[in-house]
Amino acid sequence: MLSTSDLAVARGGVTVLQGLTFAVAPGQALILRGPNGSGKTTLLRTLAGLQPPADGTYQLPPDSVAYAAHADGLKSTLTVAENLSFWSEIYGGHPIDQALTLLNLTQLTRRRAGELSAGQKRRLGLARLLVTGRRIWLLDEPTVSLDVASVALFADVVRAHLKTGGLAVIATHVDLGLPEATTLDLDPHRARVIQTTDFDEAFA
Amino acid sequence: MKALLLRDLRLAFRSGGGFGLGLAFFFLLSVLVPLGVGPEGGTLARIAPGILWVGALLACLLSLDRIFALDHEDGSLDLLATAPIPLEAVVALKALAHWIVTGLPLTLIAPGLAIFLNLPPAGYPWLILSLLLGTPALSIIGAFGAALTVGLRRGGLLLSLLVLPLYVPTLIFGGEVVRRGAEDMALGTPLALLAAISLGATALLPFAAASALRVNLR
Repeated sequence: MLSTSDLAVARGGVTVLQGLTFAVAPGQALILRGPNGSGKTTLLRTLAGLQPPADGTYQLPPDSVAYAAHADGLKSTLTVAENLSFWSEIYGGHPIDQALTLLNLTQLTRRRAGELSAGQKRRLGLARLLVTGRRIWLLDEPTVSLDVASVALFADVVRAHLKTGGLAVIATHVDLGLPEATTLDLDPHRARVIQTTDFDEAFA
Repeated sequence: MKALLLRDLRLAFRSGGGFGLGLAFFFLLSVLVPLGVGPEGGTLARIAPGILWVGALLACLLSLDRIFALDHEDGSLDLLATAPIPLEAVVALKALAHWIVTGLPLTLIAPGLAIFLNLPPAGYPWLILSLLLGTPALSIIGAFGAALTVGLRRGGLLLSLLVLPLYVPTLIFGGEVVRRGAEDMALGTPLALLAAISLGATALLPFAAASALRVNLR
């Protein structure tokens, strides 16, 4: 369960979002939409604990968050398997095989991350989420540089995560086709929930 | 936590990882100084402790900005900050990795290079001991400086300016241990002070560096 109450977030000392009150229950996804600079990344970084809120509060269970930023945090001289094993060990040793299979990386395990294409790198960055074992996923533009097939693959992964009681906050402009998704439309300086229940209308 | 240390070491030894940069610098300095100063043995023997310590210090300084800058660039620092290991431990482990990659090899090759500088034989054990005690302080102080300057473009110059004054006590006591050792004088005091700097820096600076990182990641 992730909830915020009257949350305001600031980037570089300027408040970009304020008055944010929402709750995301297990099994639900919250899609953040908004023009560039509307504060999607800032909101995600605040929820991830990388910066303090400018005002208001948020509640989430301790040690429950996995954050995926624009940058994937890959080391180009390490292989795919080494990169993923590192994060797996950091988060307590979840097996990496399933994550590699789900994101279609099994053929590439011995390839160095520096030799991967942009889309493959992104898939590896997203595979990291699966080895964290965390319930709450905060995803910042996860589908950038993914092709259509990979977006579908990733949507399946998120759907499976939601089905097992996880929840996700996703800043994206791509329709992932998620059930139980709520969209939060972010205007600079004024955030409001435009849709809370009906999935079809949210993506209309 | 072991995973982070192993990853940093593995990265350092892979191509482009920067292992050997400090060592090569230390080697060049120790070879060039005798050529520049001239072959007069007495002069060299007198300046050898200082030159060796200055060389070790500058060699450490060369690779400091890599401690956090690379992880910041590729986004792994953000991810490490949200990972279930305390940021203080991240700092300490990265400083340890830096020491294993620079400080420890510098300590091991220093006796070999001391031959070029005509260091009196009595000084060799103290050279090794002083570097062994002092280089951890160089790495952890350097990690603190690197944490302060992590988000800055071309922060290398600022990093050097910040860190050099903090390196001065280590340099003074480290050089003093070797000089006194070479001249068979009592060296308990500088040795104790050198150890105290290393211990104090290791105890306190991970916390300061972690706070600096948190501010810089905002």
